[in-house]
Amino acid sequence: MAPRGERVHVSRAKRMLESEKLLATVLLVPGLAILLIFIAYPFVMALWYSLTSIRVGDPGTFVGLANFTKAFNDTIFQNAFRNTVFYTFWATIFKFALGMWLALLLNRHFRFKRLIRASMLLPFIIPTVLSAFAWRWMFDPTFSVMNWVLFHSGIITDRLPFLSDGDWAMWCAVLVNTWRGMPFFAITLLAGLQTISPDLHEAAALDGANAWYRFWHVTWPLLMPVTLVVVVFSVIQTFSDFQLIYVLTGGGPANSTHLVATYAYQVGVASGLLGEGAALSLFMFPVLFAVVWMQLRFMKRMDGA
Amino acid sequence: MQRRKFLKATGSGIAMTGLAGILAAHRAPVFAQASTVHILRWNDFVPAADKVLREVFAPEVQKALGIKLNVETVNANDIPARATAAIQSGNGPDIFMLLNNYPQLYASSSVDVSDIAAEVGKAQGGIYGLPQAMCTVGKQWVAMPWSTVPAMIAYRKSWFEEIGVKEFPKTWAQYHEAGKKLKAAKRAIGQTLGHTFGDAPTFAYPLLWSYGGQEVDAKGKVVLNSKETVDSVRFMAQFWKDSHDEGGLAWDDSNNNRAFLSGDVCATLNGASIYVAALNGGDKFKTEKGAPLHTDILHAALPSGPKGSHPYHTAFTHMVMKYSKNAKAAKEFLRWAHTKANYEKWVVVQKGFAIAPTRDWEKHPMWDVDPVMLPFKTASQQGRHMGFGGPPDKKAAEAWNKYIIVDMYAQAANGKLKPEDSVKWAAGELAKIYT
Repeated sequence: MAPRGERVHVSRAKRMLESEKLLATVLLVPGLAILLIFIAYPFVMALWYSLTSIRVGDPGTFVGLANFTKAFNDTIFQNAFRNTVFYTFWATIFKFALGMWLALLLNRHFRFKRLIRASMLLPFIIPTVLSAFAWRWMFDPTFSVMNWVLFHSGIITDRLPFLSDGDWAMWCAVLVNTWRGMPFFAITLLAGLQTISPDLHEAAALDGANAWYRFWHVTWPLLMPVTLVVVVFSVIQTFSDFQLIYVLTGGGPANSTHLVATYAYQVGVASGLLGEGAALSLFMFPVLFAVVWMQLRFMKRMDGA
Repeated sequence: MQRRKFLKATGSGIAMTGLAGILAAHRAPVFAQASTVHILRWNDFVPAADKVLREVFAPEVQKALGIKLNVETVNANDIPARATAAIQSGNGPDIFMLLNNYPQLYASSSVDVSDIAAEVGKAQGGIYGLPQAMCTVGKQWVAMPWSTVPAMIAYRKSWFEEIGVKEFPKTWAQYHEAGKKLKAAKRAIGQTLGHTFGDAPTFAYPLLWSYGGQEVDAKGKVVLNSKETVDSVRFMAQFWKDSHDEGGLAWDDSNNNRAFLSGDVCATLNGASIYVAALNGGDKFKTEKGAPLHTDILHAALPSGPKGSHPYHTAFTHMVMKYSKNAKAAKEFLRWAHTKANYEKWVVVQKGFAIAPTRDWEKHPMWDVDPVMLPFKTASQQGRHMGFGGPPDKKAAEAWNKYIIVDMYAQAANGKLKPEDSVKWAAGELAKIYT
């Protein structure tokens, strides 16, 4: 028989666990702490930094919006912003189109289906830095394997300027991002496709709908919520991309491939102008906020419908 | 009672010098602090030199001073990020190896090493002007010059002779003409105009100066947008198209080494690492005729422009960090490493790729071994620094870190901007820094 004091202790603990309010608080605390420490604190610090003249090793003084004004008039930043929009737009389009195509193919029954589905994820699970290095070798100005193959098969007579021409370099970056991000689209859309009941397709087929009509009037509307989520995630990731460009081109040639994140890094971390770097990176925030806000609104409307 | 008093007194004494003493002082005891020095350097282009640090310096300095040396090496382009993170967090390596005028950027986070600079300068014939300019703020040495990597053109002697050029071109115009012929023979000149720390600025800045252009005047006013600068950019745009491997716009500091060693380019501005690699590589690198490649490599200074030749050589310096709890030991290590007997062990394996920051080393017998390396011996005697016209201060460091001068040439070379527009753009960017 347990002593009297211990019984009281147990029942108190039990009571505490039975209190939904308390349990909810206890369960929320770790998540909240993580959000506060790793998201809110850095964000507030970035906001504060952006309003000061802080440099590496020098806390600086309050300068108001001077860093934002400087960034606004900075031609390299203007170019980086345009590049970021271009990069995000095209990479998302390609990832979506190819991801959808792949998902539709993988939704069919064929031999080695599981193996192929698993191997499709490879570009997504290889660390970005590693795959970007591999691509950099393939695009190398002197030793590019693609140039070698094309040259020796007689298709080209001069090397293609994969990374040494600004436009080519930007499209190469879009290509690598597409290669890397497409499996995320494909696997998520595939999961969405598998929730669609085959009965609906059968019913539509009995009504005489061909493959395109079945896709457009059955698959597409039912896939819309998943599509929206995956597109928003991709836009956020692509818009704030850093690793791929940093390894592949370093923002060159002549700043042609700088994205907002890579330029903010160059100014803030490499040049030690932390205040200016923080202001540059905060220019991404309103764009990403707008994307998330639109998505939430759309989802709400769909829920209502 | 007496025994109790005695025990109490001695006990507290022991406790204060032991754990309690450490806790009260909030510091580790002196012998523990001095035991480890963490130094962060680049992955040396001469790997044997890193081996000396790890396999010779580390055990010897432990024996001599009781310091455990922890050598960490990273890609040179990644050092600024590491330094920024370390300074802001107040935690990181005790010594940072810094390039070019980075010591100016981190000056407020450094420990004064003027005493070491004075001792080493006095004992070794004086420190050259260029490293001194990079490492001093006012009269204070914020970093200690360790070495200089002189920039020289490595070229294929036989290929130049085949087009009738017996002696390396002395002027840009002659180099342009030779380059045209060589590019036509699929042996273009290799040069990076990318975002990389070494070969790009060591080419772009001297080209600007050789035409009489400069970033600022003595008062710090931006004077880049001049006829001289435009002429240099116009020349480069044509020179690039006619004579260069145009892939160079995407090269980093290692691409030209690979391109030269594989026989793809006829000449490139570089430290001596290509020659040293060819020398060490033995049969691995051969000419098309089967001879060892190093027998066909010579070095030459950059050609002159209308206003002469003014090279820039990359300075490598060591900064002892203010946040370091081992600053005293770190300084002792530097003092020890700079003694002639110790420094010699490191500098001889460089074979001239990196040279000492002091003048006495010009007399070292290492220079009698290989005449091909002779141009490097006295390279540090002349040269300008980034931000020339003004001091090599934080603003000059910011300008090179943003690759403004390099990009001014790159944008004209790839046809993105007309020469005059590219100069105007660069002058505008500089004006934002020098306000």
